[in-house]
Amino acid sequence: MSTQAAAPRKTRSLHRFANPGRFLRLADATLPWLWMACALALAVGLVGAFTAPVDYQQGASVRIMYVHVPAAWLAMFTYTTIAVASAVALVWRHPLADLAARAASPVGASFTLLCLVTGSLWGKPMWGTWWVWDARLTSVLVLFFLYLGHMAIANAFDDAGRGRRAAAILALVGFVNVPIIKFSVDWWNTLHQTASVSRIGAPAIHSSMLWPLLTMALGFTLFFAAILLVRMKNELLGQRLRNLRAASLQRRGEPGAAATGQPAHAES
Amino acid sequence: MAADNSSQAASAPSAAPAAPSGRPRAGVRFAGRDLGCVRGDRAIFAGLDFDLPAGGALVLSGPNGSGKSSLLRVLASLLPPAAGQLLWDGADVARDPEAHRARLHYQGHHEALKPELTAAENLGFWAGLQDKSAGAVARALARFGLADLADQPVRLLSAGQRRRLSLSRILAAPAPLWLLDEPSVGLDARSVRTLEAEIEAHRAAGGLVVLATHQPLDLADPRALSVDDFPPAPVTADDDPWAGALW
Amino acid sequence: MPKTAPETAAAGGDPGPGLILGFARVVARDLRLALRQRGDALLAVLFFVLTAMLFPFGIGQEPNLLQRIAPGVVWVTALLAVLLSLERLFLRDYEDGSLELMALSPVPLPVIVLAKVTAHWLTTGLPLLAAAPIIALMYGLPAAGYGILLAAMALGTPTLSLIGAVGAALTLGARRGGVLIPLLVLPLYIPVLIFGVSAVDAQMAGLSARPQLLLMGAGLLAAVALAPWAAAGALRQAVE
Repeated sequence: MSTQAAAPRKTRSLHRFANPGRFLRLADATLPWLWMACALALAVGLVGAFTAPVDYQQGASVRIMYVHVPAAWLAMFTYTTIAVASAVALVWRHPLADLAARAASPVGASFTLLCLVTGSLWGKPMWGTWWVWDARLTSVLVLFFLYLGHMAIANAFDDAGRGRRAAAILALVGFVNVPIIKFSVDWWNTLHQTASVSRIGAPAIHSSMLWPLLTMALGFTLFFAAILLVRMKNELLGQRLRNLRAASLQRRGEPGAAATGQPAHAES
Repeated sequence: MAADNSSQAASAPSAAPAAPSGRPRAGVRFAGRDLGCVRGDRAIFAGLDFDLPAGGALVLSGPNGSGKSSLLRVLASLLPPAAGQLLWDGADVARDPEAHRARLHYQGHHEALKPELTAAENLGFWAGLQDKSAGAVARALARFGLADLADQPVRLLSAGQRRRLSLSRILAAPAPLWLLDEPSVGLDARSVRTLEAEIEAHRAAGGLVVLATHQPLDLADPRALSVDDFPPAPVTADDDPWAGALW
Repeated sequence: MPKTAPETAAAGGDPGPGLILGFARVVARDLRLALRQRGDALLAVLFFVLTAMLFPFGIGQEPNLLQRIAPGVVWVTALLAVLLSLERLFLRDYEDGSLELMALSPVPLPVIVLAKVTAHWLTTGLPLLAAAPIIALMYGLPAAGYGILLAAMALGTPTLSLIGAVGAALTLGARRGGVLIPLLVLPLYIPVLIFGVSAVDAQMAGLSARPQLLLMGAGLLAAVALAPWAAAGALRQAVE
């Protein structure tokens, strides 16, 4: 069997795993619409947030809610997304799912941080202190560390594939644990409840406050989708760049073609 | 790739398929079809076929970095192949990896010895993981001239003695498939002859051996497989920049 | 004799030592290793006692305060001591190639993980359990608390070892692996800490510690059921 004759078949056999080209075309077609819808939702939501009535107890500081609550929702939504993508990546070994999980992680961490910071800012006028060991805030803080762990392990290996798969397992383990942690923190909080902690986001929310909140949440979700696509695109283009470099190296040192891909990849 | 492609098997001089009969010895046949391997983000080899009947020895050759060790790890099911499949007796190995693990001995670059344990304890542990009775430890030690050192902690052994002890692991418990990565490195001439004799005895009993080596071993009628003959499709800028890039 | 090898194995006759024997052999080997290098296991207990000793220096020696924080101190320091011992759970086997042979043995890898975690708990968790009353004594924990503290630790420390095994397996071969483990594992330890401390607190407040202990038991069962699989999956990646 001659090597030349077998070459096309080999290309197929290693290549059947994904078609990033199609993903890139899809992303390019979707992104402008996503950005537009996102800007629209955020604009409408912000107008609503600043025209909504103020809370008779909290005054204008209640407006922090329109950022804080969607950020909290997105923090949890993103972690769910990562867990689902990781499961798909582990079971079906689909590279795009892997890419999505890895790309989503810093975005989720940013939402979590935003939630913590706005929560702290909101806490100052409400509770008179920057930080309260409130059950929700504490759970979100733990979630933030779960994100940091996910990001850290994804980048901790010289072999990028190993990092991706370790991160996927960690995401699933974390996902199983999130409800348990939430439950235990709630338990702990009710045991050590102090009188100064009042519950925010009580169910009785007036519709004039609800619709801007939901619109903001929609805007946040669209932003997440758009930024996720951009990050995945970025990663894929980076890979293409590395391949082009490898190809150019190969042409330069033609005979030992098989080994010359290495230097370019070693940087990654 | 279907099994009837065995005529493509690069290294098989005779492509006569061994009929998988009910008798285990005649049916045992280890084959790979269209195997591809990717490590990190780099493709190592692709489209690799081989076929090994009972009693056969497959000697892997190729320069450093050509993927001999990677191929052995694929054959051991340590590393899942990026493409293709492994067939044992016509059945896909990936369907029952536990059974495949039970039938093989893998000797890699590491010695897997604990310096705190004695030679016999080290060997006994590995034999005990492989086999119910863990019986053949004394014979395995004796074969490589380590009988007197059985109760010595491994930290007191010399590098060559450790190497021999590590290798004697494949004799301590039975397994039909031996996968040996540079088994003769660090061995003295006498131990190399012992190794050759044991490989031949194993083959005579219907066992299979795949080994990577730079130092030619004296084996009867070995098949040669040069991993270098199966390069992955080269990365090209215009044609298909994505080949093998994602895994 | 290798002469009979192909016949026995190819005939499909029950290869390998079986689950229970395989489990026992791994436990015995790890215990023997721990016994031959006693320092490692003692280090965790020493760390436990030393860290617990630091708190009075930091917050004063007021007996009421010390008594109130006793369960928390015992649990937090025990948790850190377990954390400290996690890196050596798989690292040596990974570095000397033992792990890849274990991954290739007919004994399923989750069973081997469970065996290694059992040995880890026997050499780390159990000594902590033995040392905990000493620290509780130094903090003036009332007599009513000891039984529950030990019961909670008996249920909680195996869970810590199991969860930690996943973290230790995931970080094998990573750059800065030892620093990564706390980041991965500590958030997952929070429920054990909360229920462990809460059990003792409840007992001292004259309430029943039953719900906490039941929850910790449930957590341990869930960890036994899930953690070995997750850790085994991570180990398979590590030996690729």
